[in-house]
Amino acid sequence: MTAVAERVVASAAETFARRHRFRWYEALPWLVAVAGYFAFPDYLALGSQILATILFALSVDLVLGYGGIITLGQAAFFGAGAYTAGLLAAHGMGAPVIGLLIAAVAAALVGLISGVVVLRTHGLTQLMMTLMVAVMLHEAANKANTVTGGADGLQGMEVGPVFGLFHFDLYGNTAYFYCLAALFICWFVMRRIVHSPFGRSLTGIRENEARMHAIGSPVFRRRLVAYTISAAMAGVSGALVAQTTQFVATDALGFERSGNVLIMLLLGGIGRLYGAFIGVPLYMIAQDRFAAIDPVYWYFWIGLLLVLMVTFARGGVLGIVDRVGAVLRRRR
Amino acid sequence: MSEILSAAVSIGFFGLAFAMVLYLISVGLSVTMGLMGFVNLAHGVFAMFGGYAVTTLMNSYGMPFWASLICAVVIVAMLSVAFERVLYRRLYGGDELDQVLLTIGLVFMSVAVAKYFWGPLAQLFQPPSELRGQVDLGFREFPAYRSFLIICGAVLVTGLWLALDRTRFGAKIRAAVDNLRMAQAVGINTSGLFTVTFALGSGLAALGGGLGAELLPIYPGYATDYLVYFLIVVSVGGLGSIRGPFLAALLLGIADTAFKYLLPEIGSFFIYALTLVLLMWRPRGLIGPS
Repeated sequence: MTAVAERVVASAAETFARRHRFRWYEALPWLVAVAGYFAFPDYLALGSQILATILFALSVDLVLGYGGIITLGQAAFFGAGAYTAGLLAAHGMGAPVIGLLIAAVAAALVGLISGVVVLRTHGLTQLMMTLMVAVMLHEAANKANTVTGGADGLQGMEVGPVFGLFHFDLYGNTAYFYCLAALFICWFVMRRIVHSPFGRSLTGIRENEARMHAIGSPVFRRRLVAYTISAAMAGVSGALVAQTTQFVATDALGFERSGNVLIMLLLGGIGRLYGAFIGVPLYMIAQDRFAAIDPVYWYFWIGLLLVLMVTFARGGVLGIVDRVGAVLRRRR
Repeated sequence: MSEILSAAVSIGFFGLAFAMVLYLISVGLSVTMGLMGFVNLAHGVFAMFGGYAVTTLMNSYGMPFWASLICAVVIVAMLSVAFERVLYRRLYGGDELDQVLLTIGLVFMSVAVAKYFWGPLAQLFQPPSELRGQVDLGFREFPAYRSFLIICGAVLVTGLWLALDRTRFGAKIRAAVDNLRMAQAVGINTSGLFTVTFALGSGLAALGGGLGAELLPIYPGYATDYLVYFLIVVSVGGLGSIRGPFLAALLLGIADTAFKYLLPEIGSFFIYALTLVLLMWRPRGLIGPS
């Protein structure tokens, strides 16, 4: 009896000790990203947009997948970052990495301030508040069109070379690796976060908030920190898009952006860290192929896909992979 | 002095008409959210299709205004039953995120469907001849159609409140909102109740969409662009309440009109800020379960 118990404890300890270690398949996204650079040299512009959007989806995964906060307003932070980077570049401060860092700080501030308000509420009210923050910023950017250029976009962005060395070229070589590097760093940080005690307590709060209160976890503070980090990541993503396309318009703050990123994440799988790496490329490549033919139908099919996935395949692509894996293991 | 007074009367009048439309569209959302705990972001879709049905029946088929309103309500209510039975039902009591994603999917589909059948432009809406022009109320003239909206809204609101307070069906709804399991335990058929309530709410939304086609123009982006308005009414009003959303609709309708009239440069921004403050003060809405 004690032997069995000891074995159970040992295997649990083993699981906990190994959970954060790198596995072979975690190298796949990066190999694919580098291979993609050589395989599709004509699609580097799309490629860097995909990389930046993966980062945006990762930021949603942190609050939604790990924190359990349903947000309809993640575009608020994306837009805050994009406008910060855009305005800096339009006013003579075009050093990209510095712009990226300042954008992260600005977005984190927006996240921190709105988080203090949003995270005190629950359910529909919380959902509403996340949405309100985004529409408020959208409206502000729209009305302040002398500063932001409104829906027509910010004029006169001049982004300098990365570290003063690598100019953003017409083919998107620099942009691609710039986005890839930023994504890699943010992914690494996020991976550390979700496997840390902090990350585990976030998951605990998502699963059972009352219990986490009971064992003395500072629930509100944990959520606020996660929300702020997520906002900073979304801000970096927005800044990347602004710098690489040299363009920001009010749609950076729009509801479509917040909705689309949820769809991309759902497509890959929520709360799995790698859902973003699968869902975003699938969505954006399909969009590039089909939306060119007819953007109207595109929204129809994406809506239908969403309805079908919620009804039949809740875990996304990674959920399907899990299920197939489970069936195969049972066969063996 | 008289100028200020006249501006105030105008704002009150137009705000009231707007509030009635907002309330008609949103009250169903509040009741279904309160009753089933279902986060339905696609409620505006029913209002939009109500609006399309009314304008199409009037413009293309030459149906009279009243008949096309009734047709629109019936068509949308029946359609909504199909949606409720096939899609919504599976997610009752489930994950909020699934509900949000499902209904966002429906909203996206509605945008494409509307654009495919009716094109990207707003639909032409002309009130029937007896409701065009102005009515003279002795001290001032008011647009006839807006006055009609206010009267129509007032009659419907009174009817709705009386029905909820005085009828057996209303009592069942109130019981189910208060305590679903207890309602089931005393033998109320909550599943049937859900469907009927959902159909009623969607029918009212269609009516609001049709009546309000002049204030909230019917175009493909309807369900996304006005979503914020409907959600404000419901969340500020309080879930499951039918009086709360009326108060919220009044507040939103009048404040929106006032800001757009007095401060057009920053109009909607204040509305959103006000909503945030109200929600901070009363997270469960003005009149909600405490």
